[in-house]
Amino acid sequence: MSQKKFSAGVIKHLLSYTRPYAGYLIAAMACAFFSVVLSLMIPVFVGEGVDCLVSAGKVDYRGLARAILYIALSVAGAAVFQWLMSYCNNVITYRTVKDLRIQLFRKLSSVPLKYIDQRSHGDLISRVVNDIDQVSDGLLQGFTQLFTGIVTILGTLVFMLAANVWVALLVVVLTPLSLFVASFIAKNSFRHFRGQTAIQGELSGYVEEMVSNQKLVKAFCYEDRSEEKLEEINRRLYTEGQKAQFFSSLSNPCTRFVNAVVYAAVGIAGAAFAISGLMTVGTISMFLSYANQYTKPFNEVTGIITQLQTALASAQRVFAVLDEPSETPDAPEAMVKESCGGRVELRDVSFSYSPERPLIEHLNLLAVPGSRIAIVGPTGCGKTTLINLLMRFYDVNGGAILVDGDDIREMTRGSMRAQYGMVLQESWLFSGTVRDNIAYARPDASMEEVEAAAKAAHAHQFIKRLPEGYNTVIAEDGGNLSQGQKQLLCIARVMLADPPMLILDEATSNIDTRTEILVHRAFQEMMKGRTSFVVAHRLSTIRESDLILVMNQGHIVEQGTHDALLAKGGFYANLYNSQFARAED
Amino acid sequence: MWKLKRFLGQYKKQVLLGPLFKWVEAVLELIVPLVMASLIDVGVTGRDSGYIFKMGALLLLIAAVSLGCALICQYFASVASQGVGTNLRREMFAKINSLSHAELDRFGTHSLITRITNDVNQLQLAVAMLIRLVVRAPFLAVGAVVMAFTVDVQLSLIFVIAFPLIVLVLYVVMSKSVPFFRVMQKKLDRISLITRENLEGARVIRAFSKQKEELSRFTGASDDLADTAVRVGRLSALLNPLTSIIMNAGVAAILWFGGFQVDAGRLSQGEIVALVNYMNQILLALTVVANLVVIFTKASASAARVNAVLETEPSVADSAAAEVRPDPDAPVLCFENVSFAYAGSEEPSLEGVTLTLRRGETLGVIGGTGAGKSTFVNLIPRFYDATGGNLKICGRDIREYPLAQLRRMISVVPQKAAVVSGTIADNLRWRKGNASEEELWAALRTAQAADFVGALPKQLQSYVEQGGKNFSGGQKQRLTIARALVGEPEVLILDDSSSALDFATDAALRKALREDTRGMTVVIVSQRASAVRRADRILVLDNGEMAGLGTHEELLQSCPVYKEICLSQMSAEEVSK
Repeated sequence: MSQKKFSAGVIKHLLSYTRPYAGYLIAAMACAFFSVVLSLMIPVFVGEGVDCLVSAGKVDYRGLARAILYIALSVAGAAVFQWLMSYCNNVITYRTVKDLRIQLFRKLSSVPLKYIDQRSHGDLISRVVNDIDQVSDGLLQGFTQLFTGIVTILGTLVFMLAANVWVALLVVVLTPLSLFVASFIAKNSFRHFRGQTAIQGELSGYVEEMVSNQKLVKAFCYEDRSEEKLEEINRRLYTEGQKAQFFSSLSNPCTRFVNAVVYAAVGIAGAAFAISGLMTVGTISMFLSYANQYTKPFNEVTGIITQLQTALASAQRVFAVLDEPSETPDAPEAMVKESCGGRVELRDVSFSYSPERPLIEHLNLLAVPGSRIAIVGPTGCGKTTLINLLMRFYDVNGGAILVDGDDIREMTRGSMRAQYGMVLQESWLFSGTVRDNIAYARPDASMEEVEAAAKAAHAHQFIKRLPEGYNTVIAEDGGNLSQGQKQLLCIARVMLADPPMLILDEATSNIDTRTEILVHRAFQEMMKGRTSFVVAHRLSTIRESDLILVMNQGHIVEQGTHDALLAKGGFYANLYNSQFARAED
Repeated sequence: MWKLKRFLGQYKKQVLLGPLFKWVEAVLELIVPLVMASLIDVGVTGRDSGYIFKMGALLLLIAAVSLGCALICQYFASVASQGVGTNLRREMFAKINSLSHAELDRFGTHSLITRITNDVNQLQLAVAMLIRLVVRAPFLAVGAVVMAFTVDVQLSLIFVIAFPLIVLVLYVVMSKSVPFFRVMQKKLDRISLITRENLEGARVIRAFSKQKEELSRFTGASDDLADTAVRVGRLSALLNPLTSIIMNAGVAAILWFGGFQVDAGRLSQGEIVALVNYMNQILLALTVVANLVVIFTKASASAARVNAVLETEPSVADSAAAEVRPDPDAPVLCFENVSFAYAGSEEPSLEGVTLTLRRGETLGVIGGTGAGKSTFVNLIPRFYDATGGNLKICGRDIREYPLAQLRRMISVVPQKAAVVSGTIADNLRWRKGNASEEELWAALRTAQAADFVGALPKQLQSYVEQGGKNFSGGQKQRLTIARALVGEPEVLILDDSSSALDFATDAALRKALREDTRGMTVVIVSQRASAVRRADRILVLDNGEMAGLGTHEELLQSCPVYKEICLSQMSAEEVSK
């Protein structure tokens, strides 16, 4: 029942996307109508033709020729209208779906980052790709098929009633049989298919886990136990899959059976009428043609309704994203930050991701132009939170962040963010050439500028060794580059943008030692003269900083210079000693 | 595809009887128009209502028998196809488990998963269709033509013309449109790729204010997909109208030329109706045949992919049959001039490594990416077999041990902290299925994981989601270390496995490991000098070769590569501390 309730709203919402194609929609409906009516008339004319062939010497050639002409006309008309209908449907479906997809993407690039951070990316991608595909498969094509199905059923009845009321009524009486069979099969196969899909998902998940962790399986001699577990899932899949397959495969034989019953009944009744002269053989042939395809539209209609439900569920998942509030847009009077002195001040800043867990409270910090701020602390202490606030990926809950004395909320986001260069630990590259990736901020940069930036980032050497140099296409996820090389490219990208301030996130691992030296050098050069915030893991970086922010469990527990903090003997001193000083046993 | 036919062997009954029943149904279906023709000709023309009812009852009987035959066939088909799928999945999974890393690398994880799921599904469908339709559909199509011949040879020429025409249209339209679906899938993949990039790079994109450019990139990809889809749609929408035109042209021809036959008294009205019926049947049957061709083309590609897995022989052979007794006094690990080169690679990844390690000793392994650290580690549990030299464990050649025994002696903490779905206890019991809770807690304490596991509401019974998504990287890493410690292995290998830990936890972990694993031989692989500097000996690898072996102090004097690594990570003062 609750399903019904959501459906009305979702259908309306979805239909609103077809509005630009209303012309096509009306055309599709009209074509469907004409195509169905014309194809239903074919058996009528075939019947008339048969009636012209009574017996030897009694053939009405003139009538036969007319019947054949009519057949030809209806066939041609039906074919043309059917093709036009398919064409209109295609246009409506694919254009609507495209619009919907673009809307969804636009929404994803305007929602607050919080939303993207909290969601599984796989799930969001699946909404953009699979759910919208479901909508396209099901809903729109479904609508016209539903329409053709209903027109076919009604049209068949009308034509039959016109030909002979009693035989037609006989078919009507047998109709519930078709409905019953169709819905019985649909219900059962749907139920088992759902079960099968669920188990199939479980099995894929398990296989994925075990195959991607083959090293572990081998190292721990886990083969037999994993095979047992798989067998257990496999057996359930067999039971459910066998049922799903069996029930769904009933559809054709059962349809044929119902058709055969209707066929026999029409044959008997028609012949009985024919004996009493109330019906011609041609009409019987027409009735038989109808009987042969009578059940088909019933099956189609039930099938479409199931498909519609799936499509609506998918549409609902898509709309759920579209209904998310976007980031508050930049105010019209917001300042466009053209240049920057590099003075950053956090004034009494408070922030938390959720109200019940306060994170940063009353934080004050002043970074003078050109200074270096190191952020240190144990894993998961909230170092990235600070980056989120500085870049205004998240808005502070209390207090304010000021750049050159102005609140960053009074600037346009784009111009404010352009003042920072950011290199994160997880290097983000997109599938494109090396050059495109470096020139991301300035696509119009000359080749010389790109190379200069790469040289400054110590990336030029390895780029030259790539098969196509700067034109090498970076594979999905940068698969053909090492972690360190990816980071060097990100540094080159920032070098080219040449921003007045920096946010850097040092990598903890996965970078080989030699590349790490290069990354470190590149960082050092980049930081010269720029206000920099560094999430630091390397002692040398930390010690050379003007200010160290020590974070623990989301709080800034200490701040000061290396020497001052060591002298203080607090949390930082502990951290430092545990790692680098004489912690020998 | 035929190489997989042994999988059908178990379902001989279903595979033979299923189509037989389906064939009976098809024969009956072909008889129906004849019965109807005689009903009309004898019953109506001869005004014999008794005959009409008799024939009518016969039609109903045929319908019932047909239904029965079809149901039996569908049942057989569902049993056999799902059964074949189930067996294929079982065998493939067992095969994957038996392959060594060299083969797994060659296939790739993603591809193996697709093979065991999608490809097997495709084969399952093919088996079902084999039983259900391979006999029926061509039989109906050809049968209709043959029946037409029995009715009237001259008129059946119309069938002889219509039949190949329909086949031609089906072939042309489908062979032109089917390849497009692959193109569309590629375009859809591109949409998926751009979406993923935008979600993962949301910060960078917003930092550079590139939302507009990204949107236009996405719009371009979407337009491209929609245009292709409309184009394909235009083409494949031709199929139904064209075949229907051919078929109805056939019907018209039957009527017209049939007219002369009837006029001449050679054919009856009822027989004309029967011919019209056969014409209808041909179209339906041929459409099914065309779909079958598509299904089997796909299935044969899938079969090849499945077969490639099943036919692969693992390169690491488990030849030893019985367990062997290790020599307790011999060195635990002994490398004698060991080398390794990956298949197809001329450059060895590891060359001339010689070292011995006694019980309870700790070996540090350091070097940059590509230095051969992982290769070194992979040789010990025989993930790969060394291509040169001798590798002994407890005095015996490593290949004398059955794999299971060998791997029970060795415990690995992999670089990538991988846990699997199940409870924490399930994960910890991977090495030793019957480990007691005390053993688990002891391992957790050493691994510095007891605190956070103890703080979970369900403790050891807490559920770990797939890929350990509900735990942080550091927590997962500590769980994998605990998992390796359960059941006290002879050799513990830590493959760069504390990278996600902050330095305080890392230091505490190293201290606990030193204290709690005194009898254990430990190999610590790391990029960080601080992680290996207190090992009894340190192996320095550079470009696959031994650049040095000794203690921290010795290496600082003698090994320039080691010194360079240390100085890049610590200050001179810390290095010499």
